[in-house]
Amino acid sequence: MKKVYGSAAEALDGLLFDGMFIAAGGFGLCGIPELLLDAIKDAGTKDLTFASNNAGVDDFGIGILLQTKQVKKMISSYVGENSEFMRQYLSGELELEFNPQGTLAERMRAGGCGIPGFYTKTGVGTVIAEGKEHKDFDGETYIMERGIFADLSIVKAWKADETGNAVFRKTARNFNPPAAMCGKTCVMEVEEIVPVGSLDPDSIHLPGIYVHRIIQGEHEKRIEQRTVRAA
Amino acid sequence: MPWDRNDMAARAAQELEDGMYVNLGIGIPTLVSNYIPEGVEVTLQSENGMLGMGPFPIEGEEDADLINAGKQTITELPQTAYFDSAASFGMIRGGKIAMAILGAMEVAENGDLANWMIPGKLVKGMGGAMDLVAGVGRVGVVMDLQNKHGDSKLLKECTLPLTGQAVVHRIITNLGVLDVVEGGLSIVECAPGVSEEDLRAATEATIV
Repeated sequence: MKKVYGSAAEALDGLLFDGMFIAAGGFGLCGIPELLLDAIKDAGTKDLTFASNNAGVDDFGIGILLQTKQVKKMISSYVGENSEFMRQYLSGELELEFNPQGTLAERMRAGGCGIPGFYTKTGVGTVIAEGKEHKDFDGETYIMERGIFADLSIVKAWKADETGNAVFRKTARNFNPPAAMCGKTCVMEVEEIVPVGSLDPDSIHLPGIYVHRIIQGEHEKRIEQRTVRAA
Repeated sequence: MPWDRNDMAARAAQELEDGMYVNLGIGIPTLVSNYIPEGVEVTLQSENGMLGMGPFPIEGEEDADLINAGKQTITELPQTAYFDSAASFGMIRGGKIAMAILGAMEVAENGDLANWMIPGKLVKGMGGAMDLVAGVGRVGVVMDLQNKHGDSKLLKECTLPLTGQAVVHRIITNLGVLDVVEGGLSIVECAPGVSEEDLRAATEATIV
């Protein structure tokens, strides 16, 4: 059971194919699997569908795969920071499915738990509800949303041991655990791989059962909106 | 004189009660945290996975792993807790967040809210707004009563695509505060120097 790989390209070897569906962790540019996205760009895999809360910025995150026109469809809740995204979307080159943010997170979590659909009040009475099953429970109307079952999950954690038990740092956790859970295979990049036994078993955020391949690397960790107060 | 952005934020802060868990939207709602009354302890949720959001960092202490839902660098507090996005929206959908204070483009007299999309313009997405209005205990809106053309944003029916149906409880505007009640809106309070007549004249929605 060897999960540790030498590079992002090696970790993705044999997993990529044109037209595949990838779930990616991250919120904005925080906690995104930047090394794996770079490797997918280098691999040139095309017609990708991404379930990812955001689409990066023009030159970072999923934005780099938009530049190379490798993305066919995005399933996202907010895509406001990316001009190339808007250009491709408005010209019809790129499909876009907006999901409310909590619906997207729950779709990933549900898929990872083998739940093909669930009911939520989110979006009832809005364009999101159009064409979806409506059902009343205890006098309130809900819509059905589907679990996401992706071909591949790409996520980023702070530390993991060699079996994939992972720990995230601060708000960089965000979509990474649910994204990790919903793919057939999950590849995780971390800042540090630590020996088995060195993480507190009571403090594991994502158990290694969800993680199939791990790489360690240097992360740029770009800040999108640097805001400060007077000292 | 009508309220300005900071006055509206200060008025909205009066809605907060001791012990509340609260989610503040982007824009004027973010300013509400500057006016939390003395003796009132509220815990701010950031829907990207944090309870107990602190102020912006001082220069040099920005952390790429610590941002709010507007992607701005922030800080943590001693009582901060972090969690993933599914857990974050679990507490929103589960009704654990007492109140959300959000901005709006339009509010209808039945509490319909439109704040995410203008057809024909660039659409950025709804983010977590639809989940918040469907899930939290109480939804407060902070906005100017009229748009820059002088048209009422409090309407009989929203013209823009909805964020949620009959979800708004209270609207804090530059001219005064209104509640969504049976049959329309009810005036709670006028801004200083603004009369009930002024408020009614500026509002398209039914005021009961």
